[in-house]
Amino acid sequence: MSSLLSDGQQSRHWGTSRFFSFVHLDGLLLLGILTLLSVGLMILYSAGGQDSGLLIRQLIRIGTAFAVLFVLAQIHPDRMKGAAYWMYGIGLILLIAVLVFGHEGKGAQRWLDLGLFRFQPSELMKLAVPLLVATYLAERPLPPTVSSLFMALIIIVIPSLLIAKQPDLGTAILIASSGLIVIFLSGISWRIILFFISVCAAALPVLWYVMHDYQRQRVLTFLNPETDPLGAGYHIIQSKIAIGSGGLFGRGWLEGTQSHLEFLPERSTDFIFAVIAEEFGLVGAGILLILFLMVAGRGVFIASKAQSSFSRLLAGSISITFLVYVFVNVGMVTGLLPVVGVPLPLISYGGTSMVTLLAGFGIVMSIHTHRRMMSS
Amino acid sequence: MTPQFTLKDHFHENRLINDRLIFAAIFAGLLFSIVMVRLAVLQVVEYEHFESLSNNNRIDIEPLPPQRGLIYDRNGVILAENIPTFSLELVPEKVPDLEMTILSLATLFTMTAEEVEQLKLSVKQHRRFQHVVVRQRLSEEDVARFSVNRHKFVGVDIVGRLIRHYPQGALFAHAIGYVGRINQRDQQRIDLQNYKGTLQIGKTGIEKQYEDILHGKVGYRQVENNVQGRVVRELYSHAPESGEDLYLYLDVNLQRVAAESLGEYNGSIVALDPRTGGILAMVSKPDFDPNAFVTGISTKAYAVLRDSLDRPLFDRSLRGRYPPGSTLKPFVALAGLESGVVTAQSKNFCPGWYTLPGKEHRYRCWKKHGHGTVDLKKSISQSCDVYFYDLAHVLGIDRLHGFLDLFGFGRQTGIDIPNESKGLSPSKQWKRNRHNQAWYPGETLISGIGQGFNQTTPIQLAHATATLAMRGAVLKPQMVRARRVAGQKIMTLIPTVSNESLPMENSMHWETVIESMVEVVHGQRGTARRVGNGMPFKIAGKTGTAQVFGIKQNEKYDAETLAKKLHDHALFIAFAPANDPEFAVAIIVENGGGGSKVAAPIARKMIKQYFGMVADE
Repeated sequence: MSSLLSDGQQSRHWGTSRFFSFVHLDGLLLLGILTLLSVGLMILYSAGGQDSGLLIRQLIRIGTAFAVLFVLAQIHPDRMKGAAYWMYGIGLILLIAVLVFGHEGKGAQRWLDLGLFRFQPSELMKLAVPLLVATYLAERPLPPTVSSLFMALIIIVIPSLLIAKQPDLGTAILIASSGLIVIFLSGISWRIILFFISVCAAALPVLWYVMHDYQRQRVLTFLNPETDPLGAGYHIIQSKIAIGSGGLFGRGWLEGTQSHLEFLPERSTDFIFAVIAEEFGLVGAGILLILFLMVAGRGVFIASKAQSSFSRLLAGSISITFLVYVFVNVGMVTGLLPVVGVPLPLISYGGTSMVTLLAGFGIVMSIHTHRRMMSS
Repeated sequence: MTPQFTLKDHFHENRLINDRLIFAAIFAGLLFSIVMVRLAVLQVVEYEHFESLSNNNRIDIEPLPPQRGLIYDRNGVILAENIPTFSLELVPEKVPDLEMTILSLATLFTMTAEEVEQLKLSVKQHRRFQHVVVRQRLSEEDVARFSVNRHKFVGVDIVGRLIRHYPQGALFAHAIGYVGRINQRDQQRIDLQNYKGTLQIGKTGIEKQYEDILHGKVGYRQVENNVQGRVVRELYSHAPESGEDLYLYLDVNLQRVAAESLGEYNGSIVALDPRTGGILAMVSKPDFDPNAFVTGISTKAYAVLRDSLDRPLFDRSLRGRYPPGSTLKPFVALAGLESGVVTAQSKNFCPGWYTLPGKEHRYRCWKKHGHGTVDLKKSISQSCDVYFYDLAHVLGIDRLHGFLDLFGFGRQTGIDIPNESKGLSPSKQWKRNRHNQAWYPGETLISGIGQGFNQTTPIQLAHATATLAMRGAVLKPQMVRARRVAGQKIMTLIPTVSNESLPMENSMHWETVIESMVEVVHGQRGTARRVGNGMPFKIAGKTGTAQVFGIKQNEKYDAETLAKKLHDHALFIAFAPANDPEFAVAIIVENGGGGSKVAAPIARKMIKQYFGMVADE
């Protein structure tokens, strides 16, 4: 792990290092991502019933995402600051448009529009929110004052609420946390953090009334899945059976009965982690989790080496948010958290988030590689 | 906006952010540790629990129903077999939306409202894990139509099954009986475990009596199912044990001759081998096609059978109660001889009627102008009623009853078919108990000629005839001769049951009565003299003509049928050869008129068939 985090190897491998600096990519981060993607494709092959068409479609997505990663890695971080307001502004307009069209439109056309828009603005916001919060806070001295903190919260809350209203609670939570992580990294005092935590705890009952019926149902089912074994509790019960029956070493690749006999729902998408746990056991699932930690760890390392506060905040937020993704998904699949419909990053099939995720890593790579050029 | 420039301290900010990054990294590590602990709990601590849940999800134990034993006649001709068919079946617990599924199936197969109701009822009557038959005997088109739509019907599938088939159709409807769907009443008397997967059970006849032997033992197989409940592969199986095959005494050819000879008449014929008690033929007409019951007869078709005035579902051989008429006379004569009331030589005069001492009422002989002087032999061969009025009068009803009881009149014969009637052989005690009335002497007279209260089932009459033929050796009537474990060559013979022989003080009395019965067939004035023409051996027989009031018919007044229903029943009993009997028969032709004209010729045809003689023109 330490070798992955250190840049010490670079002095011994000039050739590769030079190549990666030239294309503005980070070799170690890239290696981690590619490893995760390969594992993902392997699991997907099993979970999807050995459908190679599924793999090809996933590969096309991965290819597209890598193109975005590559392009973003070439852009200097400072130029992203300027783009932050634009991205955020456009994203906000689109989010509002979705809500308006969602109410006014009728018939098949609306569905198509809605489907198209729903994907775009919220995915855009996944990057725009941390980017804008980082930009906004980094322009001011850190730790931020109460007024700039308030402003930063506004930046976060507006899109989060709009997305939660779509309704897409999972994405809203992830976007809010990506912004909140920036605030946390900016060094606000622990007293304020504790204050916010207690306010949030007090707001939980209020949240209960704001939630949709199906969201409440999910929470209730999370608290006691057995109450509705064929309805809302079915997913989590079958998921736990799949994970538990995997044991220490698992049933083996392509041998998972829960997934292959189709007892496990959403096995290619949100619940793919249960397939891993069933087929590769505790050992396999643990190794995968460590892989996630290593990729995020590399990101955090890059953040700590970044030269501007903006870069640090942004790279840190992107890396840690990545871990939040993983935690929310695995927590959901293992029954630790309610079912919120968050895919497992880089592994789940059909990730509309695949592009956003790799774009984020593109930004992290840009931060790392442009730093070196500046210093030389 | 000046303060922003002045207060920016890069070094301080870097440290601040790095501290937070380290904190966040530690916090993330903590969260992941929680996840790892959670996984360890699920996958190591609770592994066995989830492993078994996973197996329960996919592994199912399916019963393998045994193959029902076959039924053969004495010559190995098959009477009941199993033929393969496809049926559409559903398992309620595997169907997510039962109501919707039934509706969709109804549309797919264009089922009637009645059929849908029937299916819903059937679902209710079964347990959730049991197979419920939606449709039996699917055509190839049905199979194809369902297969295309199979994905829409979770928990519904086409199942290949063997179902019962009776190749002889109606010929053995009553004797063999039939199988039908297991209903709630059946469920109470069977071992449900052993009937998992079995859809049919013996309802009547041999099929019911020998259910335990015919059914066999259920087998099991462990299968892996997918979420739709479809079998993916078999993990383990334990083969079922087929039921045993049964070999009967029945003779298909004799049965057919009997049934055909009866023609359009209703009635019953029971033939047996007096030496064993084995039933050679047992006909009850009208009959029905037992195959209709196998897969569940429609209520409409059932109503037709049930409500028919001819009562085709009623097994006359075992449950039809008929006055024996003159066929009782040989037994009454034996009672007279045995009790010393008459001898072979004692004579009586028949003027055509009989009066009780001091009474005016004339009890008529069937021969209007009388038989003149008659002895016992003549009274039997010419069926003189007056002789038997007097004999019965002197004997008294209780002595007569006691003697007839020895021959099984008024008692079940114990044949291996369920629901046999006892018939009725009256006594003073019986009348006191049943009707709370005194016995009148006149009732003794008509009992002496097999009328009045006397009611006999065809099987009783055949059994009594066999006992007479065997000179008192009593053998229980028996349908099944042997059983055979499926696939084995060796048959296990079922032993004949001989009861205690009848106590007879003078064995010459048997011969006296039997000689009189030979006179019936071979004597110049015998009432059945045409039966004995050209026979290589002597036949003993007795005709009978019974006034109608026998089985209750629930008749409504109907002018056309009334006339026919008023006709007398024709009866005939016989055995052959008279001195060394191998064959005994009792024939009852409802509303057939005279026994000598209608019933006796049937016996001739059957004897010719049984002994391999050339049939008459």
